[in-house]
Amino acid sequence: MKRYFLRKILIYLLTFFLAVTIDWLIPRFMPGDPIRNMLTRVSVSSNATAIQMMYDYYSHLFGLDLPVWQQYFNFWKSLLQGDLGISTYLFPTPVTKVLARAVPYDVFLLVPSILLSWYAGNKFGAFAARSKKLDNTLSPLGYILNATPYMWLGILLAWFFGIVLGIFPIAGAYSFSLQPNLSLKFIGSVLHHWFLPFASIFLVEFGGQAIGMRNMIIYELEADYSHYLGTLGAPKKLIRKYAFRNAILPQITGLALKLGVIVAGALVTEVVFSYPGIGYLLLAAIQNQDYFLIQGCFLFIIIGVLIANFTIDIIYILIDPRTRMGMTGETA
Amino acid sequence: MRKNALFLLSVLIIAGVVLAACQPAAETTSEPAISDDASMASETTAEETVPTEFPRNETIYVSGAAWGPASTWNPFQPGSLANTTGTIGFVYEFLYAFDPQTGELTPWLAESGTWADDTTFDVTLRSGLTWTDGEPLTAEDVAFTFELGKQYAALWFSPMWEYVESVTALSDTEVEFKLSSDPLYQEFENNLYNVPIVPKHLWENMSEEDITVGVNENPIGSGAYKYLTNSEDRNIWVRSEEWWGNDVFGVPAPKYIVDIRTSSNNVALGMVLKGEIDLSNNFLPGVAEMADKGYVKTYYAEAPYMLSANTAVLFLNTTLKPLDDAAFRRALAFAIDVPSIVNVAYAQLVKAASPSGLLPVLDKYVDQDVMAELGYYFDTAQAKQMLADAGYVDIDGDGFVETPDGEKIELQVTCPSGWTDWMAAIDIIASSAQAAGINLKSAYPDYGAWNTELQGGTFNMTLNNWASMSNTPWTLYNLLFRHPIQDQMQSGNFGRYDNPEIFNLVDALARIPMSDEEGMKEACSAIQTAMLTDMPMIPLWYNGLWAQYSTSTWTNWPDENSASPTLPTTWSGYWQLGGLQTLINLELVGE
Repeated sequence: MKRYFLRKILIYLLTFFLAVTIDWLIPRFMPGDPIRNMLTRVSVSSNATAIQMMYDYYSHLFGLDLPVWQQYFNFWKSLLQGDLGISTYLFPTPVTKVLARAVPYDVFLLVPSILLSWYAGNKFGAFAARSKKLDNTLSPLGYILNATPYMWLGILLAWFFGIVLGIFPIAGAYSFSLQPNLSLKFIGSVLHHWFLPFASIFLVEFGGQAIGMRNMIIYELEADYSHYLGTLGAPKKLIRKYAFRNAILPQITGLALKLGVIVAGALVTEVVFSYPGIGYLLLAAIQNQDYFLIQGCFLFIIIGVLIANFTIDIIYILIDPRTRMGMTGETA
Repeated sequence: MRKNALFLLSVLIIAGVVLAACQPAAETTSEPAISDDASMASETTAEETVPTEFPRNETIYVSGAAWGPASTWNPFQPGSLANTTGTIGFVYEFLYAFDPQTGELTPWLAESGTWADDTTFDVTLRSGLTWTDGEPLTAEDVAFTFELGKQYAALWFSPMWEYVESVTALSDTEVEFKLSSDPLYQEFENNLYNVPIVPKHLWENMSEEDITVGVNENPIGSGAYKYLTNSEDRNIWVRSEEWWGNDVFGVPAPKYIVDIRTSSNNVALGMVLKGEIDLSNNFLPGVAEMADKGYVKTYYAEAPYMLSANTAVLFLNTTLKPLDDAAFRRALAFAIDVPSIVNVAYAQLVKAASPSGLLPVLDKYVDQDVMAELGYYFDTAQAKQMLADAGYVDIDGDGFVETPDGEKIELQVTCPSGWTDWMAAIDIIASSAQAAGINLKSAYPDYGAWNTELQGGTFNMTLNNWASMSNTPWTLYNLLFRHPIQDQMQSGNFGRYDNPEIFNLVDALARIPMSDEEGMKEACSAIQTAMLTDMPMIPLWYNGLWAQYSTSTWTNWPDENSASPTLPTTWSGYWQLGGLQTLINLELVGE
């Protein structure tokens, strides 16, 4: 167990280090100069000396006047102190403050949609695999949902439920006529605004999970142990239960692999629904070459995906006795 | 047991990293310590309690001004950076307002202003002006504000101190501006309605950093609205019931202003259609059709639907071959299919620009004789003829002309990626130039890359529209012929057009008093002649003052039939151009 975790943690730390390094590197390959962009509208009529002064001042402030290796070193130093720098696009707001305002919305959107779609998708997939009739009618639905781009489904939902039927809002995290407070009305408004963006992530994921589970169950039901159980006279329900428990394992691995895609999908969905997570911020940060905000947004994604993967690793140990056996075998 | 401890430890480590990323930065930030101001920021103003709900009949919902979360309330930061329209105009006010429909400066904080002689301008302030904290607003505040520009070169209005000798408070209500013998009158009068007056008693103890780049959370001003609160996608303002102007100009109708940031223009369009946004100042392609069907209201009932806000100018990099040749540039002007840009790219939401580049509100400064003689229009055949006359012919038979020296021509026209209207426009520019035999292709770099190319002068041709609505034609010509030429051209003449003759003409225009209309016309005529002869850049069309409004809750919006129309806009920098008056004129539906 100890070696297993040590090895895992080492891998995660290495992944974190590499991912964050790439995160630091990529924005700096973008053509253009963030300080010049920032100063563009500031100094419409200032004279050249004043502009140069401001340029030097800001370069120094953002540490962009240092050699590249020094910038990279400083980046890690302040990162470990919890300082992500100052946003140039939202100057002079610190990136941590920008993220602290936005990230709760992402978590609020991502966690329920991932967990619920995984749970419901697997149940639904297992249900669909019961008989040919169900399979033929329900599976195509899963294929269609799974193949739908997040953005397209989002636009479709916004258009139909938001504009045509007019029963859901199309922008914001809560009504523009409300201020956050602990009233039923406010909480209702939050849920009302949350539903459509949630639904568009949920539905696509739901389709994917359902297909995966359906295929796995059919495979497991054809496995030798299922047939053996059947010949022993075990009830169908029991066989399906065993098949389900075996089929769930690859589904968990699949979820871990897909997390990155889901997060990317959520960011796009946020833009479609004008939902105030980091989706729109990241887009704006890239357009404005805001190195620090880009880094911060990706850091959130990196950490989120790593934590989720780590959690899945742990869950795997709990639900798959073979992993545990393997580990005790190792340490014995 | 040890296994569990290790597991717990690893979870804690990772949780720690996450928490560190989510927590505000530790206060131990390295110098310069700007982040301290920002992290101190509270979410609401101290004095004003924020209601939990804004009643529909007291609230106006607007969009199109903010492009991100609010980040600063410093009136000396431009609105485009601040994402908070209203910091200047709502909170901080000006000596004058400018009415673009009549072309007149109208007194705001000032009651009157007179030129005692050529270099002395006396302003008398209204009596009874107050800041929202109860202190009186006096001539001292005005003098203090302008003197900040003398002290700090980083403030945008500091160049005026090259010709301002002193700004003195003679009494509580009298300010004297003493100018040097060679003042730039045009810029001076422009600044009278653009420099926001700040309270001396709160600003005199602030550091240079706080004044020039500070966040100024909880701004205390003198104006019609107070900043109430903000969140990720909205800024909220509340009417100042004690505003001195309530008796002078009238009381703004909406008690609350909710300024919404939408992630895309489509979302704004949906919200206008649902009546959730009262006034949208986003560019919404296809809004013409919506207006024809009566779903939304626009300023004009028919094309161009929108007022004109600024001129889209095609800047040419005059340091490059063949763009250094005036004959080639003039031929290009005839080759560009502006009618298609207006009708196809914009679906008739804009108007073709006068070759002078001046907005319709400055029409009186356009010399029609010069336009008739030297103006350009779309005519492919003529463009071809002009190219041939200047020695540009197709030698190798690829359908595109070569330079008189026989070199191939390959040019690129750019605009920022994602600016869909401009992207469609430069596609038309490129294809119509190709039709005339010029090998021109369109490209859309990211905004940041585009901006760096623009200022560094590494583009071939690009669009720009940074001269906004103004009281003087000098604002546009200052953008077009900014000089001297430097490595980085941040605020104009991006094509590095170097012609001392025109520079002198523009400088001469800057020195003519606004009262000398004939003199200004003469100077403009000379500039227009030189500009159209040499064609260093090509004004193409007027970008609209995008505005579509819903009359489901608020009515009496300005339109072409209004007796004294104001501007239907919430853009930063337009409140003093009649935007505030629009709010004052509004009426609730059904009352």
